[in-house]
Amino acid sequence: MSELLRCEGLSKKYGSKLAIDNLDLTVSRGKIIGLLGPNGSGKTTLIKLINGLLTATDGEIYINGEKPGVETKKLVSYLPDNIYLNKWMRIEQLIKFFCDFYEDFRPELAYEMLERLGISPKQKLKTLSKGNKEKVCLILVMSRNASLYVLDEPIAGVDPAARDYVISTIINNYNPDSSVLISTHLILDIEQILDEAIFINNGRIVLHKSIDEIREEHGMSVDALFREVFKW
Amino acid sequence: MNFKLDKEKALCPQICEQLCLAILMGEYLPDEKILSVRETALDFGINPNTVQRAYESLEEQGILYSVRGSGWYVSEDTSIAKERIKNTVKEKTALYFLAMSALGYSLEETKNYVKEWENE
Repeated sequence: MSELLRCEGLSKKYGSKLAIDNLDLTVSRGKIIGLLGPNGSGKTTLIKLINGLLTATDGEIYINGEKPGVETKKLVSYLPDNIYLNKWMRIEQLIKFFCDFYEDFRPELAYEMLERLGISPKQKLKTLSKGNKEKVCLILVMSRNASLYVLDEPIAGVDPAARDYVISTIINNYNPDSSVLISTHLILDIEQILDEAIFINNGRIVLHKSIDEIREEHGMSVDALFREVFKW
Repeated sequence: MNFKLDKEKALCPQICEQLCLAILMGEYLPDEKILSVRETALDFGINPNTVQRAYESLEEQGILYSVRGSGWYVSEDTSIAKERIKNTVKEKTALYFLAMSALGYSLEETKNYVKEWENE
């Protein structure tokens, strides 16, 4: 089955504010997809719905044919937009923690990536710089052998060299059976690794196209198209 | 291979072009194994699917061939790659003369200008 994620008529209300508005979306396997939208467009809400951290007001989500729950958490590896891990823990403890939590976690891969970065597993999370903290979180998330990786703003707040690291980590872990959904507003840094772009605004999908389609039909980069679509 | 990709244009043909150029320059020899899809993707910092498509299209054109379980190789016959680059050279030359004519230079004047430029 090539379909990995499907949202049907999905809506989420916070009080009277409609954060996700009757959204339909299908994501297939083996793709790197950018979820692109301005601040407050509903990116994080959609991601939290996919992860089962929020429940939809209306509509359905299917991940590999199942609604978000215990079973889908085995399939989805999620990088939140803020660090939720215990900062007093050593990295090796965090790795152990992930091993206990996720059957599909590959500790040897995590250690290998840490070594390449020159970060000692003995270090505590709180002693790391902001950039290194984010890299460790990404390493933990990418070390799972998941079907869907959902990365919420993985490159915001890190320097350009660290962005390159994030990008090469994503490419390195690419496999044709799983997909990566990346939310960001830093399009220029990420667009060359994307297969598809989803533009989201006011909780609705404005555009969902392959990158080559965008470049050929519009004759511009994804970043330029984004600026045009969201001009104000 | 080290070059900047033009983000305004589709990436796949740009990868093809660079590979043909590498073959033409003798960086890759006939029957030599080239970088894997993943390595090339990392090299350029681009999507592996894009590289895969580029390799497949070069295979269709007879510029590369793949060996199951081993990787991608340069075809023995490199004339197709050379032909492709020749076309690009033609195109770029045509574009240059067009741009010069837009600036009001005739073909003859442009040629003279090139000579002048060379002497400088």
